[in-house]
Amino acid sequence: MTVPAPFYLALSAVLFTLGTVGVLARRSALIVFMSVELMLNAVNLTLVTFARLRGGVDGQVVVFFVLVVAAAEVVIGLAIIVNIFHTRETVDVDDVDLLRG
Amino acid sequence: MGGVLVEAVLFTITAVLGVAGGVGVIAARQPVHSALALLLVLMSLAVDYLLLDAQFIAVLQVIIYAGAIVVLFVFIIMLLRTAGEAPRPRAAPSMGFAAVLGTVMASALVAAATMARGPVAPVDAAYGTVQQVGRALFHAYALPFEAASIVLVAGMIGAVALGKRAHVVTAASGGAAEPTAARVAGTAGGTRR
Amino acid sequence: MTYAVWIPLLPLLGWVVNGLWGQRWGRRPVAAVACGTVVAAFAVGLALLRALSALPPDARHVEVDLYRWFAAGPVAVPMRLLVDPLSVVMVLVVTGVGALIHIYSVGYMGDDDGFARYFAYLNLFMASMLTLVLADNLVVMFIGWEGVGLCSYLLIAFWFTRPAAAAAGVKAFLVTRLGDVGFLLGIFLAFGIFGTVEFGAMTRDAATRLPLGGAAAVALCLLLFLGATGKSAQLPLYIWLPDAMEGPTPVSALIHAATMVTAGVFMIVRMHAVYLRAPLAMDVVAIVGAVTAIFAAASALVEPDLKRVLAYSTISQLGYMFLAVGVGAWGAGIFHLTSHAFFKALLFLAAGSVMHALGGTTDMRQMGGLAKPLPQTAAMFGIGALALAGIPPLTGFFSKDQILSAAFRHGDIVLWAVGLAAAGLTAVYIVRAFVLTFLGAPAPSAAGDAASAHAPHEAPPVMSVPIQSLALLTVLGGALGLSFTRPGVLERFLAPVFVASAPNPAEAGGGGSEVLLVSASIAVALAGVGLAWAIYRMRTLRGESPAVHAVLAHQFYVEDLYNAVVAAPARGLARAFELFDREGVDGLVMVIARGVGGGGAWLRRVQTGYLRQYAALVLIGVILFLAYWVSR
Repeated sequence: MTVPAPFYLALSAVLFTLGTVGVLARRSALIVFMSVELMLNAVNLTLVTFARLRGGVDGQVVVFFVLVVAAAEVVIGLAIIVNIFHTRETVDVDDVDLLRG
Repeated sequence: MGGVLVEAVLFTITAVLGVAGGVGVIAARQPVHSALALLLVLMSLAVDYLLLDAQFIAVLQVIIYAGAIVVLFVFIIMLLRTAGEAPRPRAAPSMGFAAVLGTVMASALVAAATMARGPVAPVDAAYGTVQQVGRALFHAYALPFEAASIVLVAGMIGAVALGKRAHVVTAASGGAAEPTAARVAGTAGGTRR
Repeated sequence: MTYAVWIPLLPLLGWVVNGLWGQRWGRRPVAAVACGTVVAAFAVGLALLRALSALPPDARHVEVDLYRWFAAGPVAVPMRLLVDPLSVVMVLVVTGVGALIHIYSVGYMGDDDGFARYFAYLNLFMASMLTLVLADNLVVMFIGWEGVGLCSYLLIAFWFTRPAAAAAGVKAFLVTRLGDVGFLLGIFLAFGIFGTVEFGAMTRDAATRLPLGGAAAVALCLLLFLGATGKSAQLPLYIWLPDAMEGPTPVSALIHAATMVTAGVFMIVRMHAVYLRAPLAMDVVAIVGAVTAIFAAASALVEPDLKRVLAYSTISQLGYMFLAVGVGAWGAGIFHLTSHAFFKALLFLAAGSVMHALGGTTDMRQMGGLAKPLPQTAAMFGIGALALAGIPPLTGFFSKDQILSAAFRHGDIVLWAVGLAAAGLTAVYIVRAFVLTFLGAPAPSAAGDAASAHAPHEAPPVMSVPIQSLALLTVLGGALGLSFTRPGVLERFLAPVFVASAPNPAEAGGGGSEVLLVSASIAVALAGVGLAWAIYRMRTLRGESPAVHAVLAHQFYVEDLYNAVVAAPARGLARAFELFDREGVDGLVMVIARGVGGGGAWLRRVQTGYLRQYAALVLIGVILFLAYWVSR
């Protein structure tokens, strides 16, 4: 690892921020979902970087689990989005405001 | 050595592509374009993992993320055929607000990142290999491993259940969708329109 | 003699059984359980009598320890029964008369839906009363005291859907509660003076711990007497008893004639040693008793409701009992208690037969001429009436005469005269009741009803046999108290109880003055009977002198006085409190609630339902957290 760690971490930070902005700014549920995936991947990069820094493989194991959970999450999330689309003919997250107090 | 240069160049390329892809994900008009941008980001990250000696993870990244998740996204996008976005209502955060927030956050995180200095631990050739990670998974992290399998099963069951309900809703109550004619299920999974 | 515990325990079990399962059973099992327990208690009482008589007279004071109830510091209250002649006499009276009334009730309440409930309450009453009577100390007595008060309320308001009955029950409970405050304070004072409230100990130590005529003794006696006033319906706490007639007639007979109302008298007799140390208190008791006697007798004179006449009569006769104990004639008081139980229960049950025949009315203005269709009932009522009036050789004469003689010999000529006058009035009002009910022409409405509805008929045997038994006891009961040369059977039996007290001048019998007094009593009684006969066959008092009638009819406006002085201010105070509670307390609570609600409503504006806004808020929080973390 010749490129110093801060670079990887900075990249990760930027990607994470981009994902966050996407979650906040976009209204299509699918785009929001993809932004979430972006955030997850940024975190994965951070984990791998630190694993490499410390010389242990634990960080990578965590990434493994993140991958698994992300996969399951995507499956369920997309199923939900499809359901919402079937009942409401929209994937706009702003239209899903039934929890409005 | 040349390795150092190669690494630096590779990292720069992946960084640029990654950021570009990230922007593409959040800024693209069409969802399909977002999906492809996501794919770009994922692949560059895979290269980054290789640079960080995490071979197993890199392969997993390609297989799971690029190979399964993005494909799933593309499927759903095709299924839903979402149109463009309508003007946003008032209470939702505006683009500007998000941008400001994003800038603040980015700066904070990057600042934090720069503080991660310290010696890099030396690793041997077996680091990050399938064997090493696998051994960790089945020894120290055996329990979380089992839990993860349960999560996957739960995901499967959930997906099946959710998929089923779509049938019941549109068939029984005549739902929001128009009544379907005798339509052959052309798509896998049988979700009706 | 531990088996004495079965006396209150059997009716208690009867209460539990009938209370829990009575509703599901038929009439017969319920009646069998209820009457059976009381009869069994009577049998145990008889056994107790035999066992007690086998003991030498000065050993007839047996304490039956059940268990140590509580002990706090120097104060220890054991659950203990006292078996001595007094308690045995009371047990026999209570269970004997009680059993007869239970049997009568089977017929009287036969078609009532609350049959099981009635008998459950009645059994509970018996258990409480027997606890009261067998108690060895004031606290155990108080348990019974409160128990009978509760059952009185439950049974007065038995037909609780009738507003009058419910109100009467509450009135009874509240008024006796006032008295109970005095009783409780008396118990505390007794603890303070004696360190214990056991009757035996108090009787023994009264002379040593209480200076004669001292403030402590007087206070204790008066406080306890306050409780007695409430429970035994003396002036000024008598107002609940006439209204208590709303309850079923057997209840009136048992509780408000024969047993519960005598608890006050019984209590004073138990505490006789203490009362002897406070002559002032005894005078108060005697005066209150005499005044109540004549006052209630006068009120009974104009009462149109048959049961209420009997209620006032009870108040009056209780006054006699208090007069007796007030002059120290303990035996005479108990004797009158016993004989009164017999003939008053007889009168009530006979009245119940009348009501049963007429379909429920108690207004004498709607009665008349019932001697023809109800000869047996008329005869029974007549026997009771003569006993009440004090005509020899019925038991009422002996017991009342003993009291009057005791008062005379004690030196209270005024009280004697008042008692004599009350006896005259007694004869008048009870004969009036008899005449109005059974003689003369039937009242117009009654004639019409009798012809159309159902002709009055005699009560069935289940009701008439108890009545006849009581009549027999009334006739023969005088034998218990016959005392010309020496004290009567009852008095001799009770004598050991009072052996610790000073020799009683009232018991010294015999002599010429005795004959004179007896003659005076008989003369007054006969005069009263004759007077009433003459008047009420011809006309009514209302016609003769309306003013007198008005005063008497309003019971000397006592109730109105009560209303103005006590009830109205209490209601005003209650309303003020209610206002404070509603506006002040409730208002405060509502202000807080509205504040919280308003705050919540304001905060609710965060819940827009927009996913992205939530995400943004989360993000802000994370940033703040990160900033804090980084700065450390």
